Amino acid sequence: MSDDGADAADASSPTDREYAEWLDALADGDGFAVVCPEGHGSLPPRRVCPECGSPELSREPLDETGTVETYSVVHVPSPRFADDAPYATAVVDFGPTRLTGVVRDGDAERDGDDAAPAVAIGDAVTVDIGERATDGERLVAFRPAAGETPAEDE
Amino acid sequence: MSEVRVAGVGLTPFGSHPERTGRDLFAEAALRAFEDAAVARSDVEELNYGNFMGSLAEHQGHQAPLMAEAAGVRCPATRYESACASAGVAVREAVRTVAAGDADVVLAGGMERMTNLPTDEVTEGLAIAADDLFEVRSGVTFPGAYALMANAYFDAYGGTREDLAHVASKNHANAVPNEYAQYRKEVSVDEAMDAPPVAEPLHLYDACPITDGASALVLVSEEYAAERDLDAPVAVTGTGQGTDRMALGDRDSLARTPAADDAADAAYADADIGADAVDVAEVHDCFTIAEVLALESLGLFEPGEGIAAAREGVTTADGDLPVNLSGGLKAKGHPVGATGGSQIAELTRLLRGDHPNSDHVPDAEVGVAHNAGGTVASAVVHVLEVAE
Repeated sequence: MSDDGADAADASSPTDREYAEWLDALADGDGFAVVCPEGHGSLPPRRVCPECGSPELSREPLDETGTVETYSVVHVPSPRFADDAPYATAVVDFGPTRLTGVVRDGDAERDGDDAAPAVAIGDAVTVDIGERATDGERLVAFRPAAGETPAEDE
Repeated sequence: MSEVRVAGVGLTPFGSHPERTGRDLFAEAALRAFEDAAVARSDVEELNYGNFMGSLAEHQGHQAPLMAEAAGVRCPATRYESACASAGVAVREAVRTVAAGDADVVLAGGMERMTNLPTDEVTEGLAIAADDLFEVRSGVTFPGAYALMANAYFDAYGGTREDLAHVASKNHANAVPNEYAQYRKEVSVDEAMDAPPVAEPLHLYDACPITDGASALVLVSEEYAAERDLDAPVAVTGTGQGTDRMALGDRDSLARTPAADDAADAAYADADIGADAVDVAEVHDCFTIAEVLALESLGLFEPGEGIAAAREGVTTADGDLPVNLSGGLKAKGHPVGATGGSQIAELTRLLRGDHPNSDHVPDAEVGVAHNAGGTVASAVVHVLEVAE
């Protein structure tokens, strides 16, 4: 398609800038939601609140721990998760917004064992960044909050 | 406003046709629809064509002109894409066009070709109907998304995998006599329970198959039908559509499908009926839990009560309210971009009395079709009635 070789690396691995910055924030422990004056939370990028259309948006921190609202253990993955399966994916309420991510063990990345971490609705989890086993891409990772005292974080 | 009549319906057999081109599949469905309708191709004023993943599966964008050629019509032709509701929105716009008096004859339907791709690529292709950044990259597959809804439903209202297995078993039984169905074989509740997991709590028989196929409808105004003395006894009397937040996690409830509530409310209001008037339904059971959610959004069951409908025999072929007598997406098959048109075709045949399962609903006057896109971020509902 392109008629020159300039920035081949950029062309082959485009970045979704706002998403990447949001992941960076999550990795730094500064995960946030975009919140309007009515208190509707959403994820970036936003020019207006998706619920009410308000353009007055601010960044609000996520709760330190979230509550698992639902989950599934996925056995048949898409190609991007071929080496990750089986894995547990979950939707977690973090206060101003919910996040969807993959549940990981508390201490380390999964190392090829054959079972997804146990998870249940109502579990308390923290969020940070993990790696996709298949290709090393970053993803939203939840880890059990049990056993950690809130004072440990920040 | 004109009343909209279904003059003719056409389907390909649903199944695995990896060697057949999309244009040939749609050509076959359109040919059957024109034969059924006895309407001249030259009278068609618009083609509304649904397709979801043709750009991936056939490396073919801009499919509408191609499908107009395949159908042998020359008129404005447009492709509609709304994931698994692609044909539903295509039909809806056809209904609105005829109802508004902007056209007397519209060809509507859709096509999907899927089995020429490896299963993992289909999985990836379907997953992109979800939010790529905040769901797909977080490991959500298409079955996985409905599994998230199923566990949320179980948590909110109760229910078990076995309840869902009854939905699968019912729809497989319904597909047996349907000549267009992909899986014309019975599946017992035990077999469904013992099948391998796909995304827990959903197992293999909770999921619809990967399917190739096409659907086509010839929709005409009542005036056109009367002038030509067409045999078109079924009318589309109501249409409604709803949209929700794209990502499941952004919805008010993970155990409900508000977009379908909105679509049903609008369709019932358009038809001036209530849910209690419905005699038979074709609903979007891409996964067994989806049928449960559909029944509740359509107002046919209260929230939390749809889960037991199949097990208790209410929605079975011999029940008070048969659901998915075609076999549903579950057993008839789900060529994504064709499904919304296929549901209307099956419902029309059921109401006309020429469906192999019509004997189960001999007095049915009112049918409802529910077609969903993604995890029901899009929903389309149509009401069909016997008009004469």
